[in-house]
Amino acid sequence: MEVVLNSPIILALVALGILAAGFGAVLGFAAVKFKVEGDPLVEQIDAILPQTQCGQCGYPGCRPYAEAIANGDAINKCPPGGHTTIQELANLLDMPAPELDEEHGEESDVKTVAYIREDECIGCTKCIQACPVDAILGAAKQMHTVIASECTGCDLCVDPCPVDCIDMLPLESGPADWHWDLPKPVNIIATDRDSVPPNDEGAAA
Amino acid sequence: MRKIWDIHGGIHPPENKSQSTQTPIGLIDLPDEIILPLNQHVGTPADPIVNIGDSVKKGQVIAEAHGFVSLPVHASTSGEITAIEDRLIPHPSGMSARCIVLKPDMQDEWVALTPIDDFRTKKPGALAELIRNAGIAGMGGAGFPTAVKIQPRGDQRIDTLILNGTECEPYITADDMLMREKAAEVIRGAELLAFILGEPANIIIGIEDNKPEAIAAMSDAAKNAKVEIVSFPTKYPSGGEKQLIQILTGKEVPSGKLPADIGIVLQNIGTAYAAHRAITYGEPLISRVTTIVGESLNIQRNIEVLIGTPMSHVLEQHGFEHDQCARLIVGGPMMGYTMEHLHAPIVKTTNCLLAPTKAELPAPAAQQPCIRCGMCSEACPASLLPQQLFWFSQSEDFDRLHTHNLFDCIECGACAYVCPSNIPLVQYYRASKGAIRQHDEEKRKAEHSRQRFEFRKERIERAAAEKEAQREARKKAAAAARQKQAENAESAAATATPKPETTSPDKTAAKLERALSSAMSRLERAQKQVADALETDDTARTDTLQARLKQAELKVDDAKKRLDAFKQNNSDAKAGVNTIEEQNSASEKLEQSIVQLEKRLATAQQKLAEAVNSGLPTISALEQGVAKIRDKLKNAKEELANINNPETDTSASTDELKSAEAAISKAQTRAAELANMNPADKAVAKIVSLEKRLDKARERLSAAEANNDENLEVFRASVVTLEKKLADAKAKN
Repeated sequence: MEVVLNSPIILALVALGILAAGFGAVLGFAAVKFKVEGDPLVEQIDAILPQTQCGQCGYPGCRPYAEAIANGDAINKCPPGGHTTIQELANLLDMPAPELDEEHGEESDVKTVAYIREDECIGCTKCIQACPVDAILGAAKQMHTVIASECTGCDLCVDPCPVDCIDMLPLESGPADWHWDLPKPVNIIATDRDSVPPNDEGAAA
Repeated sequence: MRKIWDIHGGIHPPENKSQSTQTPIGLIDLPDEIILPLNQHVGTPADPIVNIGDSVKKGQVIAEAHGFVSLPVHASTSGEITAIEDRLIPHPSGMSARCIVLKPDMQDEWVALTPIDDFRTKKPGALAELIRNAGIAGMGGAGFPTAVKIQPRGDQRIDTLILNGTECEPYITADDMLMREKAAEVIRGAELLAFILGEPANIIIGIEDNKPEAIAAMSDAAKNAKVEIVSFPTKYPSGGEKQLIQILTGKEVPSGKLPADIGIVLQNIGTAYAAHRAITYGEPLISRVTTIVGESLNIQRNIEVLIGTPMSHVLEQHGFEHDQCARLIVGGPMMGYTMEHLHAPIVKTTNCLLAPTKAELPAPAAQQPCIRCGMCSEACPASLLPQQLFWFSQSEDFDRLHTHNLFDCIECGACAYVCPSNIPLVQYYRASKGAIRQHDEEKRKAEHSRQRFEFRKERIERAAAEKEAQREARKKAAAAARQKQAENAESAAATATPKPETTSPDKTAAKLERALSSAMSRLERAQKQVADALETDDTARTDTLQARLKQAELKVDDAKKRLDAFKQNNSDAKAGVNTIEEQNSASEKLEQSIVQLEKRLATAQQKLAEAVNSGLPTISALEQGVAKIRDKLKNAKEELANINNPETDTSASTDELKSAEAAISKAQTRAAELANMNPADKAVAKIVSLEKRLDKARERLSAAEANNDENLEVFRASVVTLEKKLADAKAKN
């Protein structure tokens, strides 16, 4: 005891040891108490994906793709999400945003919704089984119809239809859904520009 | 004198207000067509309640409000409904929306109105409802339903009502002219709104100091009212809701909150006027004061125009020169939007139609790169950083746009106005706001889809698990059943295996007999099948059937042998047992054998009866058997009587016993003989069936001969074989 108290080095080591043990205990407790269930990254990625559940990425739904991304898969396989989704994923994962991989489909500006030509429907229920979000209503040998507000436009119901009575129609948009477009990019090369004289009172319209 | 605050930034564009204030508010002719959009306000569109061809009066409700944030639509004049269809509406998108089209009958006949002389006799809630039913929306430009705005939530205590007479945007003078000409009615409207709001402490009417006539008129009208007229220096955009509140009260509306959250309600002058007319005269909102201005018009003035009047008609009435006009702007030059077509109607929010010449309002100059001069942030009345927002907007960085408070932007255009690079900044902000709203909406929808997808997955998994559980249960039940069966069989075997020893030899014999008879019946069936096959000349089948027949015959032989062997053993065993057991049990034995004999007699008799009934050829044999059993029974009974006779001594009885035993054994061998008689029966049956078949075959042969059938040879051959078989069978018998 006296040796310990008299030797400053040993005293310091003992003090540090006690501190280390104390912090270790605190960290150990925190690791158990505040343990996060599951992979929070998958949740975050899943929240960014558009949830069309279309499977164009090659995975059976958005969540499996989110898990694949968390495990290192490419982030540019989601055509419905398009550029915005890739950008967001790149921000989240802190990596450069690649261009959309055209192999999995092209980004479309027009949102579509499935529409069943009801006189032609034979009531086979194949599309109902294919729909990932239960947006098709119907029963065996009864006419089916799409609940347009629930349809994600994934077109998974089109292929199984034996009588080809499902169309993907562009979603109707009215003035309420409309929004301004970004102005055209700037022509910074002087010779490309229209020779409009600059005007001091040029007001934005 | 109320203290006036200043706002950040702001600009001083040329006012251009004098052109339209030279003449009083005018009126124009009725148009040929009135187009009434169902959604002239913020909120859900109204539902039409008229049909095509209906005649309506001026002020009649033609579409009802749908939901809380919605307003009804009224007919602007009397006439006939000619269409309910999509028409161009005044909207920056240039899109069409559902409208009710009315053809005026030029009578301009009012529907019956219910004026209220003194609004103070009514309840505020009832008045708000009347204002709602009058279809009044904010007339400054946004078009928010007024009734919603003047009925604040319970937790919002309103202490200030502000009427906005600022009209800061260049060119527009509609509110100015309204205040000049209808000052008293505007004041009345202010008092009405204040009454509905529960008499807030401050009622302020704010007017920019570039409208001295309006200020004078309003001050004059407000002399006896508890209304304060406040004028303040002209600066664009003082008329913004949040800006005006700051100027008049010094309070700032927090980001993302409403003025009502800080106890203030702000209404437009025109709205107050419309509310007054709705209550005092019962008139719904069917017309408004609109500034018609621009160098391409011969007459520039304010008019009181019916809502739904096509812009083309309005312009025509003011000497519009189309080729002079650079573009038609709805609203002012700062915040208005260009209309491509002139056919859209004037709606409740149209405060100005600007038809400038190219010289007056040239096209915006070409955009140049941002030089980061910072003039935009100096001009911004909302104290934002327009330049930063511009960059983030270009890169569609929604998160940063949010953190830089894009949604506090009032789109006043001051930043774009001061920009030396002519960047249309407001367009970027509008585009980004729209994109963010759309993005948020998509996120909301995506979340909804995700929930549905996950629910579906869960449902499918649950269904699969249930199926699996059912399958498992069935499997278990089957296994349990099998096990039980096995146990039963085992216990049966356990109790049955010793049985052969305990069961009487007669039972075993009976069993063997049964086996024999069943083998024989199988044999008969096989024979019949072979015969049929032969008849139909099916060689392939005949072969297999003959093989089967052979097998059946073998089985019958086997069964016979076993029965014989058993009978032999049984009689030997019985003889042995009897000698060992001596005479004391002889009487018992005898009794037993009598019982057995009686039983056998009964079964034999039954068989006989059956045979008689079905006319089998075994009747005679069975009769014989029955007679024999009877004899045996008689003998046995006699012997029993001798044994039981007390006078007979044991030695004598022993002899008699022996003879009785001999009789018993004899009877048993007879029984065996009875069983052995079956082959004879079989032979008889065979002969009979062969005879029948032969007859049939001959018949067919003769028929074939008559018809000269191609199968004639086959039939002949089958007849020959049958004849041969019959001869064989008879020989055996």
